Amino acid sequence: MRIKHDIEASAITLLTVFVLMFANAFGQSIPNKPNPQRLVNDFANLLTQGEKVALEQKLVRFNDTTSNQITVVTVKSLDGNTPSMFAFEIGEKWQVGQKGFDNGIVLLVKPKLSGNDKGRAYIAVGYGLEPAIPDVIAKRIVDNEMIPFFKNGDYYGGINQATNVLMKLASGEISADGYGKQTGGSGIFSFLPIIIILIIIIMIRGSRSRSHGIGSRSSLWTALLLGSMLGNRSHSGSWGNFSGGSSGFGGGGGFGGFGGGSFGGGGAGGSW
Amino acid sequence: MHMKKSWIIIIVIVLVGFLTYSWIKGTYNSMVTLTESVDKQWADVENVYQRRADLIPNLVATVKGYASHEKETLEGVINARAKATNTTIDAGNLTADKIAAFQQAQDGLGSALSKLMVVVERYPDLKANQNFLELQAQLEGTENRITIERRKFNEAAQKYNTFIKLFPKNMLANMFGFEPKPYFESISGAETAPVVDF
Repeated sequence: MRIKHDIEASAITLLTVFVLMFANAFGQSIPNKPNPQRLVNDFANLLTQGEKVALEQKLVRFNDTTSNQITVVTVKSLDGNTPSMFAFEIGEKWQVGQKGFDNGIVLLVKPKLSGNDKGRAYIAVGYGLEPAIPDVIAKRIVDNEMIPFFKNGDYYGGINQATNVLMKLASGEISADGYGKQTGGSGIFSFLPIIIILIIIIMIRGSRSRSHGIGSRSSLWTALLLGSMLGNRSHSGSWGNFSGGSSGFGGGGGFGGFGGGSFGGGGAGGSW
Repeated sequence: MHMKKSWIIIIVIVLVGFLTYSWIKGTYNSMVTLTESVDKQWADVENVYQRRADLIPNLVATVKGYASHEKETLEGVINARAKATNTTIDAGNLTADKIAAFQQAQDGLGSALSKLMVVVERYPDLKANQNFLELQAQLEGTENRITIERRKFNEAAQKYNTFIKLFPKNMLANMFGFEPKPYFESISGAETAPVVDF
């Protein structure tokens, strides 16, 4: 009985070794889960200490309040993997997101290192968040929120902007449709504030021709104020507001750890 | 003295009987659970392939609007899609032959799509079309999903196969008719999604 058990045990060990060898042939270049666990993993050194802390605090707070886990990973090289597979492997290996909810996101950035090198970005979305962030929307976030910044070498700007949008989408604060309209249909929506301002100016002119004096001046101020408010609202740049200030202390509240989430291939990427 | 010995024998028999029973029960139930997970994973594989098939009518219609005289390529895609959606397997009835046939049909569709994506390169207007760009992103996402679900299927099948093939559980597996599950083979570069590099 004892011997039989030993044989069985050694057979299992041998098999495990084999399986691990094969698994590793693929996953060799995928970084290990960070220790201590953290959400911002800047392996390519694209961010300053302050930027890292600000991002980490923002994402930890988001994890604490919604349980959605967004992890940012930058690497110097993908070691021959496609960006998508690299991001999914990280998601699976680190188990980003909560078990059962699969509400994790991996935001992968491989910087452009030289003139003929290609920069790559990929957003991998866990099973559970696929309805909130469809591939098409992930693609738009990469194209609209990240790559324009990355082209200027502003990696923090792009990552910060993208995580802000992802947080809003994941928590349901804005819907994929809403974001899609904001970015996709550059038709009426981006012109709307201008049109409104024009109408207001015309109205002011109309009223001014009838009555001169203090009244008309104050309405001009109201118009300017109104106009700038409207302008801000439809401009996607105004989303990046609540991260910066709070980078006083190193480390911050601390990240509780990845939770067992799983990825099924949702997401999209782009290059520059 | 005699009494005592027979009691010991009875206790040993009961004990061995109980241990054997709980071992068989545990092993059998694990095999059923593992079979279930392979079946579930197979359903996921078929789902993602179906997801790809569902994108195609829209894709073909969009391409047609810009490149109507690429009839041959478009028909290739439509035919390959019909063949692929006709080839389905019942999860409880997975055999190596069936999986190979399934894979062949799906790979046929994959290569027809790759051909279409090459042709599309010649139409800058189409490539700038918002609808087409979104379809392209969705298609790429679907290819990723296919790669991942296939790998997860292979992992589930491997876990099950390892379990039923190891001694002494293999005896029970034979007794209860648990067959090994087939794998997806990564032929014709199907493991790496068709190159749609943006």
